[in-house]
Amino acid sequence: MEHLSAAELRDRIKAREISSFEAAKTVFARIEKYEPKIGAYISIFEETALAKAKEVDKKIASGKSVGKLAGVPVAIKDNMCTIFGTTTCASKILENFHAPYNATVVQKLLDADAVIIGKTNLDEFAMGSSTENSGLKKTVNPWDTGRVPGGSSGGSAAAVAARLCFGALGSDTGGSIRQPAGFCSVVGLKPTYGRVSRYGLVAFGSSLDQIGPLTKTVADAALFMNVISGKDLADSTSVDESIAPVADYLENLNQPVENLKIGIVPHLNAGADEQVLGAINDSINFYKSTGAEIIELEMPHLDYAIAAYYVIATAEASSNLARYDGVHYGYRTARPKDYIEVYSKSRQEAFGAEVKRRIMLGTYTLSAGYYDAYYLKALKVRNLIRGNFTKAFEKCDCVIMPVSPTTAFKIGEKMADPLQMYLADIYTIAVNLAGIPGISIPCGFDSDNMPIGLQILCPAFEEAKLLRIARMFESETNWHKVYPNIINHE
Amino acid sequence: MSDLKYKLVVGLEIHVHLCTKTKMFCGCGLEYGVTANSRICPVCLGMPGSLPVMNRQAYEFAVMMGLALNCRISRFTKWDRKNYYYPDLPKNYQISQYDLPLAEKGYIEIPLEEGRTKKIRIIRVHLEEDAGKNIHAGAYSHVDLNRAGTGLLEIVTEPDMNSPVEVRALAMELQRIVRYLGVSEADMQKGHMRFEPNVNLTINLGDKEVKTPIVEVKNLNSFRALERSVEYEIGRQLDEFAETGKVMEMGNKSTRGWDDVNQVTVLQREKEEAHDYRYLPEPDLVPVELDDQWLGDIKSGLCELPLQKQMRFVSEYGLSDYDAGVLTADRATADFFDEAVKAGGEPKRICNLLTQVGLKMANEKGCSLADLGFSAANVAELAKMAEGGDVSASAAGTILEKMTEMKENPQAIAEKLNLIQKSDAGELEAVVDEIIAANAEASQQVREGGKKSGKARGFLMGQVMQKTKGQANPKVVSEILGKKLS
Repeated sequence: MEHLSAAELRDRIKAREISSFEAAKTVFARIEKYEPKIGAYISIFEETALAKAKEVDKKIASGKSVGKLAGVPVAIKDNMCTIFGTTTCASKILENFHAPYNATVVQKLLDADAVIIGKTNLDEFAMGSSTENSGLKKTVNPWDTGRVPGGSSGGSAAAVAARLCFGALGSDTGGSIRQPAGFCSVVGLKPTYGRVSRYGLVAFGSSLDQIGPLTKTVADAALFMNVISGKDLADSTSVDESIAPVADYLENLNQPVENLKIGIVPHLNAGADEQVLGAINDSINFYKSTGAEIIELEMPHLDYAIAAYYVIATAEASSNLARYDGVHYGYRTARPKDYIEVYSKSRQEAFGAEVKRRIMLGTYTLSAGYYDAYYLKALKVRNLIRGNFTKAFEKCDCVIMPVSPTTAFKIGEKMADPLQMYLADIYTIAVNLAGIPGISIPCGFDSDNMPIGLQILCPAFEEAKLLRIARMFESETNWHKVYPNIINHE
Repeated sequence: MSDLKYKLVVGLEIHVHLCTKTKMFCGCGLEYGVTANSRICPVCLGMPGSLPVMNRQAYEFAVMMGLALNCRISRFTKWDRKNYYYPDLPKNYQISQYDLPLAEKGYIEIPLEEGRTKKIRIIRVHLEEDAGKNIHAGAYSHVDLNRAGTGLLEIVTEPDMNSPVEVRALAMELQRIVRYLGVSEADMQKGHMRFEPNVNLTINLGDKEVKTPIVEVKNLNSFRALERSVEYEIGRQLDEFAETGKVMEMGNKSTRGWDDVNQVTVLQREKEEAHDYRYLPEPDLVPVELDDQWLGDIKSGLCELPLQKQMRFVSEYGLSDYDAGVLTADRATADFFDEAVKAGGEPKRICNLLTQVGLKMANEKGCSLADLGFSAANVAELAKMAEGGDVSASAAGTILEKMTEMKENPQAIAEKLNLIQKSDAGELEAVVDEIIAANAEASQQVREGGKKSGKARGFLMGQVMQKTKGQANPKVVSEILGKKLS
């Protein structure tokens, strides 16, 4: 049962072939068995989840209408607020924090009758690309427990790959959904900025953050999008549906996009692993075989994306994370001398090294005398990058590139050199700066049997087309049907 | 104090609490004096994941103020974060406006003595959120966040004020404007309005001019304190200059607090700290674009402003500047007066009725004229009765008082209380004859027109009034007396 997609499980639950209770039980049994090895979850809600599953079963039994995710056990990244349990952001500073409200996406999942089984691990405050920056626990890649699952939504990606849930939500500020999806061989979609409400998502870089699904299939990603998309009055940056209507993402999913024109950006591939590039090439050849036209693009400003990103994201983060000060909630130092020490010691003791590094970077770039040289210039670069994509999409329907220059790396391999870690975000970061949607789908394995992700990008609010293009590949390949060894061999 | 020649230079930074139903960026109610931390939610608490949503009414109020202050209104305005750490600021940044304030480059006209006015330039008007309050209790401090996130309008003037009276006049005029527009209760004691003057002197040393260091004064809870603090600073800065010769330099601006008990300013901060607020555009809010339609809607909410009204009452109705000032102190009184005049009453007489009787009653009851139980039309009718001699001026005052209890029109009340004057010459002539006959000596004195005639005439008038129980029209009686005793 664990290999069913969310959509298939939902249909069987609705047809009363499987009960939601049974599905949840299966998941918890798997969690008991595999979670000690994987470490995907920060918290697990067995009792409330089973109760919710029973409730959904009852609803179905009594013939009442049920939601789009009826009875499906799902997980959420632990940077989305839930009125139940804790919302930690994998940080000691929020280790015991109980949010007083549900994030809009959490409420939407509950309203769709999903069964929330737990909250997944991440890099502290979503800052990282390997989940190694979690202040609370270690998550490993289900394909090789000596390797990272990617990040920052590493817990969600590992949980879906190891079949410890039927789908999960992640958040993506610079690749945090797509890259772990690639590393763990699951589908990961970062929607257009403004498509999904951020209300209740603990902010890292507010102008870049976006919530999206990590799933086993493209259809599941579409299903999740049907649940979580739309304008939210509580989030001013969510886009009005009169400007950008929300589609039914499942409706024409299996219909191939005709006369497909695919853009590629060869100059970005200089530092990428040969095996990764090989798999991407094969994928491009697949599309060619369906009649797609391949167009080589010049996107010169993408070279500056990482630099611009680490200025903008850290500037916003330095301000967003100012509120964790030990005064109103969260960790507070034991014996402060005065209120200044409440701030300095609480933050010093509870934030991890990467979070501190980014707060300091952001504080520096916003400081008087530096603002114009860094922040303002980064905003200009951001506009140029947007312009690069706008121009590209005049010539093609989508842009295809790897999701990461390498497959999942070894735990600890890049921790000593943060810059190397930042540079690995080369393919994902520009997408957040441009605000456009991007998806990562499984497209192969390297010689170490580590998964490779194919990234497809579309213009803003064209998630429906993006999903259809992804589905064209998925429907003709079997990469998404392969499970990690940890599961296969037991 | 030395006898140096100097010119006072004052600019004001003003904060006005907007009286919107809810806070600036969340749905919490605005109520003062309620239990600490009872008007809070995840947004104004700055809880993780919460997001602000702009209060449109607050924005519209701010644009109205910008229009009233003759400012250029920005069609595109955005929000910025001002970063600083303080326990009463839950997010440790304040949402404010930095480089694109919603209004700028305007002026306010302030009334001075004898109907003179002066224009004070406005640099900018912008919106921001207020912080909460720290309450210090022994070894601990408590934080009350009821006020956190309340919409706050900041108005900054050019240093165009040159006397304490002008500073006070600006403050009072601004209060009158915000109350007319209904954008704030503007109660200084309750902190709805805070004025922070920046004060220094330009001293003329004959061959050159020098400036004293700028002082920002805080803790001003009344107009009197505002005026007094500026007065005090003149003397203090002159003395300090005589003693130290210190002049204005970059970074030597200081902050002083007003001590209302001792009527002095006390040093709070020696040097202006080099604050670095690390402003950045607020990514959680979208910029505001004001189109013609919306601007038009906001403009239609404006009314005639108090100073214009005051000047119109002088020019159109012939009132004194003082009376016009009293009547335009608040919009309800001014509107009531205007309505009564438009209903046909003689302006000066209505003014006297309202200022001498009506407002006194309203003050005692703590309500406005309109709540006293009579209409502007009633007052106009009463004024017409007095004008026509049907009732005396003093009886008109009595009738106005009674109108609040009796809830009847003035004619009915005058009749019930026997306050209708006797103006019938024939009837009154008989009474006058009777009084003249009974008071031969006084009558003689009036005829002789000597020193005592004035007093004697008054006596005879009094007798007639007594005889008629005060109902005789004094004008008519006076005429008859004059005829009979000439």
